[in-house]
Amino acid sequence: MAETIITPPILQGPTAKEKKYDRQLRLWAANGQAALENAKVLLLNSGSGVVGVEILKNLILPGVGSFTIVDETNVSELDLGVNFFLEESSLGKWRAEETCKFLQELNPEVKINALKESIDVFADNPSRLEQYSLILLVGPTTNARVLEKICEYADKSSIPLFYIHCQGFFSHFSVQLPAQFPIVDTHPDPASTQDLRLLNPWPELLEFLETKTRNLDSLSDHDHGHIPYLLILLHFLNIWKASHDAQAPANYFEKKEFKALVESGARTNNSEGGEENFDEAAAAVLKSLNPPSISSGLRQVFEADDCQNIKSTSANFWIIANAIRNFHTSHNGILPLPGALPDMKAQSSDYIQLQNIYKAKARSDLAEVTRTVRSSEQEVGRNPPIEQAEIEAFCKGAQFVKMIHGRPIRVAKCTAEIDWNDRAKVLSPELQTPDSLLPLYFAFLALDRYQDDIDRIQKVRKPADDEQLNDIMAGRVVSGAVPPLPMFAESAHFSTPTIDPEHDPKPWPRFDTPEARTTFDNVVKELDRADRGELHNIAALTGGMVAQEVIKVITKQYVLVDNTCVFDGIASKTAVFNI
Amino acid sequence: MVKLPAFLRTIRQDIDKLPRTYLDNILTKPGPASDPDWIPGLETISALESSKVLVIGAGGLGCEILKNLALSGFKDIHVIDMDTIDVSNLNRQFLFREADVGKSKAEVAAAFVEKRVKGVKITPYNGKIQDKDEEYYMQFKMVICGLDSIEARRWINATLVDMVDMEDPESLKPLIDGGTEGFKGQARVILPTMNSCIECQLDMHAPRAAVPLCTLATIPRQPSHCIEWAHIIAWEEHRKGEVLDTDDPEHITWLYQRALARAQEFKIPGVTYSLTQGVVKNIIPAIASTNAIIAASCCSEAFKIATSCNPFLQNYMMYSGDEGVYTYTFETERKEDCPVCGNLARNLTVNPNMTLQEFIDNLGERAEAQLKKPTLRSEEKSLYSQFPQSLREQTAPNLSKKLSELVVDGEEIGVSDPAFTIAFKYKLIFGS
Ligand SMILES: [Zn+2]
Repeated sequence: MAETIITPPILQGPTAKEKKYDRQLRLWAANGQAALENAKVLLLNSGSGVVGVEILKNLILPGVGSFTIVDETNVSELDLGVNFFLEESSLGKWRAEETCKFLQELNPEVKINALKESIDVFADNPSRLEQYSLILLVGPTTNARVLEKICEYADKSSIPLFYIHCQGFFSHFSVQLPAQFPIVDTHPDPASTQDLRLLNPWPELLEFLETKTRNLDSLSDHDHGHIPYLLILLHFLNIWKASHDAQAPANYFEKKEFKALVESGARTNNSEGGEENFDEAAAAVLKSLNPPSISSGLRQVFEADDCQNIKSTSANFWIIANAIRNFHTSHNGILPLPGALPDMKAQSSDYIQLQNIYKAKARSDLAEVTRTVRSSEQEVGRNPPIEQAEIEAFCKGAQFVKMIHGRPIRVAKCTAEIDWNDRAKVLSPELQTPDSLLPLYFAFLALDRYQDDIDRIQKVRKPADDEQLNDIMAGRVVSGAVPPLPMFAESAHFSTPTIDPEHDPKPWPRFDTPEARTTFDNVVKELDRADRGELHNIAALTGGMVAQEVIKVITKQYVLVDNTCVFDGIASKTAVFNI
Repeated sequence: MVKLPAFLRTIRQDIDKLPRTYLDNILTKPGPASDPDWIPGLETISALESSKVLVIGAGGLGCEILKNLALSGFKDIHVIDMDTIDVSNLNRQFLFREADVGKSKAEVAAAFVEKRVKGVKITPYNGKIQDKDEEYYMQFKMVICGLDSIEARRWINATLVDMVDMEDPESLKPLIDGGTEGFKGQARVILPTMNSCIECQLDMHAPRAAVPLCTLATIPRQPSHCIEWAHIIAWEEHRKGEVLDTDDPEHITWLYQRALARAQEFKIPGVTYSLTQGVVKNIIPAIASTNAIIAASCCSEAFKIATSCNPFLQNYMMYSGDEGVYTYTFETERKEDCPVCGNLARNLTVNPNMTLQEFIDNLGERAEAQLKKPTLRSEEKSLYSQFPQSLREQTAPNLSKKLSELVVDGEEIGVSDPAFTIAFKYKLIFGS
């Protein structure tokens, strides 16, 4: 054998940046990091606003590109007791600027900006939102008009937006995504990603099977104990098929019978009383012999109009999805082979050879998908060509791709009902479920509506009426102009809604059972107890949750919340609703 | 300044001397879920401020915990950590700067939070939790743990369970524990001897199965097999006697080169410097946002326990952010046969033909035991003892004996490990 000289690669330790970001690069890799470093985040902060600052902290540390804080308030004594990114000397100074100063210390690479402006004024000129890649809006805003305007503009410009509330022991956030938000790199559990295609083996795999199992019974104990379990399964599948009309075991009972057949092949006249590779094979029977199927997420993608009818303006996602759909149809329901092989008891050389057979097949499937992509590109006149890496990533993760359909954030107004349309039917039963956290979401809507009401009254009254105004600002109006929040929430808007969409096109989901009503009332009372204040722990926790979701949106990796999440800090529970 | 409505002013009269905080809103009024017997107001606030609490760990979780406790009204906080600051900490341990690399985590973190939050006192201890005795732990109202070491968790758990004196309610120290991995984590509240302890829950955090030595030595298939080979076999062969320092770049580079050469020999792709580091140091991915979630959850429970303003977690919250947001909050059961808080022996079915050495290896891998250097005794005699050396030499021949030669069917054996203050009791049942 000719001596092959392998030049060792030049040894290079990690760069300073790789060292600093090591623990996160192991999650979202260099491409995720690059996306993060290109992101421009806008924070529109209101109230005590700690949750907004805590989100930023969790984005600055991993190295987000830049952020801007819009906040016109000055630092009060109350801020010092709850916001970590302020100190005593900040008292009376502009809050956004002081916060930026302390946040900048966390990571000198992040570009930081502050704008001394109220959200109301900012909302008057929403085209300025264009320059940001993601918006964080902390509620409650002063009125519904501001929220509505910003949400509408973000929706129109396809900028992802988070609307966040945090008060006392409770918090809520909703994500408004573009109408189509595809995720290819969903990071599924490795144990669930193994597509070994045992029911549809290809010639190269069968050829290797033949060379390894031809003389199974005459193999030495050592060789017999090192046949990769995957080949053991294929070998016994052939034996099974010979006596079952060429059919693989289909149901649970047949699989159990097949498992026994596999187990009977193990040699037991040794000190262990069995063979590890046969144990592995038997253990894999139930999960490895399923006929090809596709996930509901992928099915939805395949059925979408955009997948079936591609145009010159179609997104890359749809062009590739269309090509994979073609592959799936022309290969009787199988997907391109991902090509990864789990570890198994085997001789090194056999394992490597098997690994190469899987990789080669994955490459040839990819080549087939790529050919379809190229011909589609030509057909619809699309330029420049989609990068090979993007097609490859899609092929590898096809089974787990997700398309999230963004929905606009619901804005609670004092003067008009929310149009729930198709959601009312889903949310109303959920509201009656004991222990549901959905009342928490409605309590935050009530809070928004309450704020809108206060704003309305404030505008009617003369600003000179100081006593009244101050009381309004404190969140409680004793004169009776605006009732306290719990009384407000009890008012007609929440107690007597109708749910019949045929008669009322814009119903509030209602509380049919006294239990649901009590849950809602208690949440409102607890919110009121906090009197607009944030608890640092709940703000920090919510800041962590939102930051995780922001990172998922920016990197387009992992699966994100679709589309509303609430946290109950008393029960220590979260819930997610599609609203 | 906002002028307060009249009825709020009356509530506040008695606490006018204190600086106003949002915390007062919660602590001066009852809520729908708070205990009807609970009395809000000054007394509760001063109980919170006088609670002395201990934080174990000043790393990713610890930095967050110190910040959160300081902003939750705790005034007297102690923190223990034996580590120094590394550059790879800076992506999440936000109390540290580049210039702090190499300094004590406990000291830098304590000084930072003390300076930032007015009126809080933080006392650091740069060392191991095992350096301290019961008298030290007795001074705290509760212990909040943000550790990445399972050994340290088990040690403090066993210590706190041991400290409980049924006659003295003050001796019961709630242990609040947090842990993270990537986008996932958990928070739990342990009331020693009252509910399920860390040892009861050990099998919920099973260690990854080790690769058999023979695979590393003869049939490597994965890049990690080549790295483990370099780590366990090649180092011992070529640099015997030298202590491997996983933080020394020269050592890691050496292992990487060995692993790479072996991988080339077997044509195994995928050995990289980063993977070498990951395998050798058993690196768990860690990010700021997950630490924020878990630390805040722990501190929120600490706040509720210290003030009784709302019911606290009973007793486990699992958080997963890999796929959407998912939490599972539930009550884990105490185990009567828990080696720490229970008193029954655990039944263990063993093959009587197994050697004592095989039995010991098996104890190391069992999710509920995870003992690396156990000492074993039967009802009558010492079966194998790690210390002192004379006893080890004397008992070493037992290692190759079959269990059936050493104990009888149904005999109870005691197992202990110097790493923990725990003694396991197993009842060995002969089976296959
Ligand atoms: Zn226990």
